[in-house]
Amino acid sequence: MSRLGQMRHLGLFVAIGLLVIVGLITKPDNFATTSNVVSMLSLAATIGVITVGATFVIIGGGIDLSVGAIMALASVWATTLATQEFGPFVMAVCAILVGTGAGLVNGLLVAYGRLVPFIATLAMLVAARGLAQRMSDRKTQLIQTGNSAIVELSTTRLLGIPLLVYVFALVVVLGWILLNRTTFGRRTYAVGGNPEAARLAGIDVRRHTMLLYALSGLCCGIAAILIMARTTTGSSTHGDLYELDAIAAVIIGGTLLTGGRGTIIGSILGLLIFTLITNLFILNGLNTSDQLIAKGLIIVVAVLLQRRNLKEIR
Amino acid sequence: MLVMRGIVKQFPGVRALDGVDLDVRAGEVHCLLGQNGAGKSTLIKVLAGVHRPDEGTIEFNGAPVSPGSPNDAIRLGFATIYQELDLVDGLSVAENIFLGHEHARLGFVRRAAGNRGAREVLARLGHPEIRPSAEVGRLSPAAKQVVSMARALSHDARLIIMDEPSAALAHDEVANLFRIIRELTAQGVAVVYISHRLEEIREIGDRVTVLKDGRTVAVGLPARDTPTSQIVSLMTGRNVEYVFPPRASRRPGDEVLRVEDLTSPGAFAGVTLSVRAGEIVGLAGLVGSGRSEILEAVYGARPATGQVVLAGERLRRGGVVRAVRRGMGLAPEERKAQALLLDQSVTANITLGSLPEFARFGWIDRARERAEATRLVEALDIRPPAPERPIKTLSGGNQQKAVLARWLLGGRKLLLLDEPTRGVDVGARADLYAVIRGLAEQGIGVLLVSSEVPEVLGLADRVLVLREGSVIHQGAAEDLDEHRVLDMIMEGRAA
Repeated sequence: MSRLGQMRHLGLFVAIGLLVIVGLITKPDNFATTSNVVSMLSLAATIGVITVGATFVIIGGGIDLSVGAIMALASVWATTLATQEFGPFVMAVCAILVGTGAGLVNGLLVAYGRLVPFIATLAMLVAARGLAQRMSDRKTQLIQTGNSAIVELSTTRLLGIPLLVYVFALVVVLGWILLNRTTFGRRTYAVGGNPEAARLAGIDVRRHTMLLYALSGLCCGIAAILIMARTTTGSSTHGDLYELDAIAAVIIGGTLLTGGRGTIIGSILGLLIFTLITNLFILNGLNTSDQLIAKGLIIVVAVLLQRRNLKEIR
Repeated sequence: MLVMRGIVKQFPGVRALDGVDLDVRAGEVHCLLGQNGAGKSTLIKVLAGVHRPDEGTIEFNGAPVSPGSPNDAIRLGFATIYQELDLVDGLSVAENIFLGHEHARLGFVRRAAGNRGAREVLARLGHPEIRPSAEVGRLSPAAKQVVSMARALSHDARLIIMDEPSAALAHDEVANLFRIIRELTAQGVAVVYISHRLEEIREIGDRVTVLKDGRTVAVGLPARDTPTSQIVSLMTGRNVEYVFPPRASRRPGDEVLRVEDLTSPGAFAGVTLSVRAGEIVGLAGLVGSGRSEILEAVYGARPATGQVVLAGERLRRGGVVRAVRRGMGLAPEERKAQALLLDQSVTANITLGSLPEFARFGWIDRARERAEATRLVEALDIRPPAPERPIKTLSGGNQQKAVLARWLLGGRKLLLLDEPTRGVDVGARADLYAVIRGLAEQGIGVLLVSSEVPEVLGLADRVLVLREGSVIHQGAAEDLDEHRVLDMIMEGRAA
């Protein structure tokens, strides 16, 4: 397993290496600067946290389309005047609770309501976005000056790196541990790889499925805090199409959409590839439409390459 | 009309057909009998063009033929109706009947013509009440069977092969099936009919061919007049070497499982049984007799009424999770689909059923997990002895050992084994038998299901014989032999 994992990640590292070389050649002055790297990481942090949750859901055999909308809802809820009264700590807790709660609803619908994950989370995507619009009256909600502790996550730097990047790193590490070292992680692979076998081995498949979506929602709540820090706002328009970026990163990272196989590291590398492409296009002043075309091609190529790899190993 | 001579089909490790002869006359119902593994399904697949025989000849209407693909077989006029009907639920009756040879012009389906054709065929089968536009998924099993037959007729089939067509049907539906079969044979169609139920064979059949171990042991016996004892004798006494470990020397201990009046509508009714510590209890019966369903119900994986008492404690309805927590384990029938995580290591597969044992606050102690898995791999002689390998690289027998190893952890009291030697080659079977006997020696109660009667008789201490969802006999394995059990299963007569 570990050798297989390394081989699979090798391709991703090569891709990242190539993109870095392209960056160094085309924009030698701007690419390898601290400010550019930091801005890339800050940008990656929000989707990165969501990607960790999405990896769990997808390894567990599901899909979560509602991540961007849940994050937006959490950011709006946490920045309402009523919540802001209680200070930055309560705002953060609020974002996390709203995210987890919405994820829990997804989980209940999928696990106990027997809705297909695609449909349940699609409904949540639409509904959460609508609720966010209603709560904010479609206005962008600024974080008040008294609550700037949240914003400091993005402005305060430790060793030159904003705090929110550390939050991202912490989520990745905790996610890795949860997936690779705990019964929860082992069961996630089992439930996604062969739900019937998991059930007959005495695993409560439905409960576990529910928890997976709640975990994804929790990650959306954390991501909401990070985006509030970066933009100093809560808004119903935050996180538009994040679900596609997150799912794409997970797939490029080698996680099977059918479940049962995948890694956190792969997903994060997949995300970094996407972030690098965005960055290179912006630095070189290229069209954002071309950027989307490039991303689409990368998804297809990555999956084709992985399929060949898997065959060789088998 | 159809003459098969000396058909041989070799699969890796198994000689599934080893010289089969069959001759079927136009307008007759020819019954094919044989135990599981006798080669019936392989023979059907040769006729259906799924398998190519390695040796032997097939003649149809005097000319040699060799169906190399399902399409070839259909063109020759052979139609096969499998046990699991191969219909598309979402399509209409007419669309199913003409699937693959639609009434079409330039790629556009001519729906009206299809419906008209379907109506004709259905009328010919005496079922004008089935609407050609009805969705197949909404039909009853009996009606689906009619649609399957209509499809066979739409190809102008001259030879229809039916694999246990009555298994899914109620009594009066079987009568209707027989009426259709008689009409078909009156039109000169030949039917090869496979069933385990002797009374059906006596009613509908003209002649009987018996298979055993991939060979024909009797050709063309009269279906109505051949005594049951002769047929059963022909089917029994298989040549496969079974090596069973000696039975337990010590007496079985306390009761670990008591099942009272367990009933699952449509599957089985009023089943009462008990298993003691250290005892192996076997369930013998045909597919559809309720044997696997009983295991599922005991395990909590199938809704049922009645009582399940494990080690003196009544299990409330709460499903598999509770059953496992209280000390049950199941090695299911479909190993790959129901038991294994194929991509995962042998270790992960072994410890899947008892993960909490290796964890503290959810944190897995991987060193201990590996040590336990390694110990079991050695104890059960799982090969290759590499617990970190993905389990899909192991042979069927070794995979099955890993499934058994899973339930050696966590202090199990009762193991339910459903077809533990399915897909396992003969050599590895003896190993598995020894492992299963070893489990019992450790004081675990074992409830065993197998479609192979000698296996049940050789391995179990006590045997329950099932027929159509009821226990018709219960007694010590030593007092029974294969002949008597088969007689009970097929004739429904308690010995």
